[in-house]
Amino acid sequence: MDIEPHQLYAVTAGMVFCMSLAGVFLCRHFFQKIIAINMLGASIFLLLVSIGARDEDGFPDPVPHAMVITGLVVAVSASAFALGLARRIHRTTGRTGFSDTE
Amino acid sequence: MISNSSKLLSMLPIVLPLIGALLCFVIPPRWRSFIGLLFSWSTLAACFGLVWLLATRGLTEHHLGGWEAPLGIRLRIDGLAGVFLVLTGMVGVPVGHFAMSFFKQKQPASRGVPFFWPLWLFLWASLNGIFLSADLFNLYVLLEIMGLAAVSLAILSGKAAALLAGLRYFFAALVGSMLYLMGVVLAYGSAGTLDLGLLGASLPAESITVRIAFALMMAGLLIKTALFPLHFWLPEAHSSAEAPVSAILSALVVKASFYLILRLWVEVFDGSVTFAAAQALGALGGVAAVWGSYQALRQTQLKRMVAHSTVGQIGYLFLIFPLITLSPGWEGEAPWLTSAWTAGIYQALAHGFAKSAMFLAVGIFVLAVGSDDKSSVLNMVGRLPMTTFAFALAGTSLIGLPPSGGFVAKWMLLKATFSSGQWWWAPLIVWGSFLTAGYVFMILRLSFAPSEAAPVKALNPVPKTLEVTALALGIGAILIGFRAEEVMSLLEIASPFAESVQPVTEEGGHD
Amino acid sequence: MTDQGWILLAIVASSLGPGILIFFLKEERVAARTALNLFGAILKVVLIGFVLRGFFLGEEYEFRYGIGEDLEFHLRVDSLALLFSVLSSVLWLVTTIYAIGYLKGFPNRRRFFGFFSICVTASTGIALAGNVVTFFIFYEFLTLATYPLVVHLGSRKALEAGRIYLWYTIGGGTVLFVGVVWLFVLVGSVEFGQTELLRNLPIAQNTELILLFWVIIAGLGVKAALVPLHGWLPVAMVAPAPVSALLHAVAVVKAGVFGIMRIVVDVFGFDLAGDLGVLYPLAVLAAITIVFGSIRALAQDDLKRRLAYSTVSQLSYITLGIALSGMLASLGSLVHLVHQGVMKITLFFCAGIIAETLRIHRISDMNGIGRRLPLTMTAFTVGALGMIGLPPVAGFISKWYLGFGGLEAGYSWVVPLLLLSSLLNAAYFLPILRRAWFCEPDRKWETHRSSRWWETPGMLLFPALFTALLSLLLGLFAGSEWSVRELAIQIIDAWFPLP
Repeated sequence: MDIEPHQLYAVTAGMVFCMSLAGVFLCRHFFQKIIAINMLGASIFLLLVSIGARDEDGFPDPVPHAMVITGLVVAVSASAFALGLARRIHRTTGRTGFSDTE
Repeated sequence: MISNSSKLLSMLPIVLPLIGALLCFVIPPRWRSFIGLLFSWSTLAACFGLVWLLATRGLTEHHLGGWEAPLGIRLRIDGLAGVFLVLTGMVGVPVGHFAMSFFKQKQPASRGVPFFWPLWLFLWASLNGIFLSADLFNLYVLLEIMGLAAVSLAILSGKAAALLAGLRYFFAALVGSMLYLMGVVLAYGSAGTLDLGLLGASLPAESITVRIAFALMMAGLLIKTALFPLHFWLPEAHSSAEAPVSAILSALVVKASFYLILRLWVEVFDGSVTFAAAQALGALGGVAAVWGSYQALRQTQLKRMVAHSTVGQIGYLFLIFPLITLSPGWEGEAPWLTSAWTAGIYQALAHGFAKSAMFLAVGIFVLAVGSDDKSSVLNMVGRLPMTTFAFALAGTSLIGLPPSGGFVAKWMLLKATFSSGQWWWAPLIVWGSFLTAGYVFMILRLSFAPSEAAPVKALNPVPKTLEVTALALGIGAILIGFRAEEVMSLLEIASPFAESVQPVTEEGGHD
Repeated sequence: MTDQGWILLAIVASSLGPGILIFFLKEERVAARTALNLFGAILKVVLIGFVLRGFFLGEEYEFRYGIGEDLEFHLRVDSLALLFSVLSSVLWLVTTIYAIGYLKGFPNRRRFFGFFSICVTASTGIALAGNVVTFFIFYEFLTLATYPLVVHLGSRKALEAGRIYLWYTIGGGTVLFVGVVWLFVLVGSVEFGQTELLRNLPIAQNTELILLFWVIIAGLGVKAALVPLHGWLPVAMVAPAPVSALLHAVAVVKAGVFGIMRIVVDVFGFDLAGDLGVLYPLAVLAAITIVFGSIRALAQDDLKRRLAYSTVSQLSYITLGIALSGMLASLGSLVHLVHQGVMKITLFFCAGIIAETLRIHRISDMNGIGRRLPLTMTAFTVGALGMIGLPPVAGFISKWYLGFGGLEAGYSWVVPLLLLSSLLNAAYFLPILRRAWFCEPDRKWETHRSSRWWETPGMLLFPALFTALLSLLLGLFAGSEWSVRELAIQIIDAWFPLP
């Protein structure tokens, strides 16, 4: 069975998505969570690009690319905000993650 | 000419608060309240104008930038959007007035306070955007902006508890957005378009990819709407925020994602929804209605109680899904569809007014006594009668006692439950109401208790504006129970359940 | 809206308006508040008098307002509505005067009178409601508006009583809500009098109808204090005397009984209810309540609690009369609706006077009280004798018709039941009278309220004397064409149309 490159990307994207989703819920450390959410984003962008590339004639679909660029901007600002907030919590309370008892 | 002006009008609810927000960022803090309120009022006026246009001329849609649907960005206003626009405005303006004098009164002011206005106007712009936009990816961006603005508002006080709750809220919102975006990508992959209307027409019905896409989008939005058991982030985030912010978060922000769920359910994925999924969603809603109300009853802190009450009230919203989804093989009339549909939207409306009134009232108690413990309402009937009255009115509507908006909602919900034959929801509805009565009257009972039960301490001064705005919202929750007809006729415009959809060109029958 | 509809709105607004305005008045503005209260009360009596006259001249009054979908706000006048609204408006006027005197010097009077007026609004609304939904709206509204009055004193006991009161009434309200929605799903919006809607349902649905009937009765039975749903009534007696007098002797409990009347007569109809076989169990339930209430009343030493249990028992006379479903029994039921209200309010007025003037609450402390408060105790005696059913006081008329109604319906056990109940009534009222009139005073009376001319302030005394006189007159002139009996006969004519 032949696997097209974009299908390979799509499968990889799905795997990364599931792994990082598990990571978001399993990790306690703020930083780990932020990384996991970023990977979640990355897997979606990968899938988008693979959808954009599936055209037989080789002309990439521009809409997914526009979505990836916008999505990246949003992801960067969200990560920055989350990091800032996490640092502020660390400064005020000394905590680095959500405690298990909550 | 008319189409140009109506196009402008349909953009105003998004553009006005956006301009206001940007303006508020750059001007000195002491001017912000004034400018903020100015833009709040004009946004409300724009929303009313738009709804008036909708009521007189029917469904309208506009393509921004002149591009047609598959490429361009579509703004669409129908009855559902109109109702939510007006709700946001009518809750937003009093809360703005409240916030102005609340932050002036609250000493010492925290560093975050000057950012209230720009953030709130940003949030408002994103909410209105969500109501008007008809493009899945735009909706993703707007959801993210909403999340950012909402979390920033929630941590305004800068207290450790608020920061921690805010971060948890933000993670939940981010994961929700990511799940939603994944769904959007899959949907785009199978239909090749992001436009809500085109998607609804072109999605293959029995495709597994579409099912997964829908499930992912629903999961993401359910996290944001805080449906049991995904409500883990809500009580802390809503109760640790400042009073006006809690009101906005509970009354409006969770409604935006609910609005999207409604839209997706009935307009886009109506081919993929199954009866079983609807029953499951209804079951979660029913459990939420009971569990949230029970948790609220158990709380000893006022704001936390009100926040848990939101979890319960959100549950009622989801009880409509099994009622608007017909069982497989159903032939013939289903007269309860409109009832259930209206019940859900009325519940959202009534809860918007009642919950904002309740958070503001509780905020006043906390401000006056300086403690969030439930004993701080002791003897409030004598000391702050107007605020207690506002709390009582809001409680009346939450319980669903007549005459109130909540009553109309529960009435139609229960009626749809019986006439669809799905009577098993009725005990959950009634039980939730009963528990709601429990916590509302627990507070009212304390507020009647004489002051000898607690050492009499002079109250912090409470400006009249605070009391008046809380009462106004409480009265709003009651008054919408007197006139459901307008809301219903508005909802019929392009409603998926109305008998006849009015075409755009209809100009009334007088000529 | 038909052309005369505004007057019904005005009747409802005549107490709602003052009630709301009172909240805006400052606590110290006693004169303005009193004026507002009296203005509202008198206006209501005048308006209802006007409607009464118009009704007998053949005018029709109706007000409709659509809330949305099939929810409709509907006020309407029929003879039963008139009977109930005349009763509540006249007694409200009297009680307002009494309450103004009673609460002199109490804190938070603004709140009290505000909610008091709003309660009467709800009570009038219940009377004038033209369909089930409007009835339900006002019925729940009454619950909400009475709560602040029950807990008015704010003491621990009052708050506890309020809690119990609420659980009962909210619970009842919720059950009623389910029943009303169920009714709607079966036949759509039901106006009172449209009995054909339910009658025309297929016989196969009879089981469902029986279930529906009991759900609704269970909801209404809480306020009507049917055993075992009566628990809130004695507890709610912690409220100030005017509240017990008007609300717990007349407005709230009558709302429940009135609702049962409406449901049996104007929604199900005697025919259907008879076919379903639900009336006989209802009659038995009422009979049990009558005996149970009287026996419990015997054991009470607190005067107000004894009166409360007496209310539990007396109310079920009305339910019993309806459940017997004959002309005479219904007539007895209707006249008792009015007579019981007038007599019981007299008794509560007197209990309030005794409590306020002498700070005496227990029957065992009432030895020789007739010498200190002769006029009050005269009024009390009239009321008590009426309750026992001695002629010529009004209570006799009701029992007379009820007894014959029982025979007419073929339930001969009703007569011994009434005799037993009268015996029990005598057993708990006569000892009070004996103590008051024939025992030597065993203490020095402390006077907390005084008046230059009377034994107690005139504002307290005269309302009690007035209602006592009224209950005498209602009995003496029962045969005249202006009596309650005449109005009741009109209602009966409508309920049992001649073939």
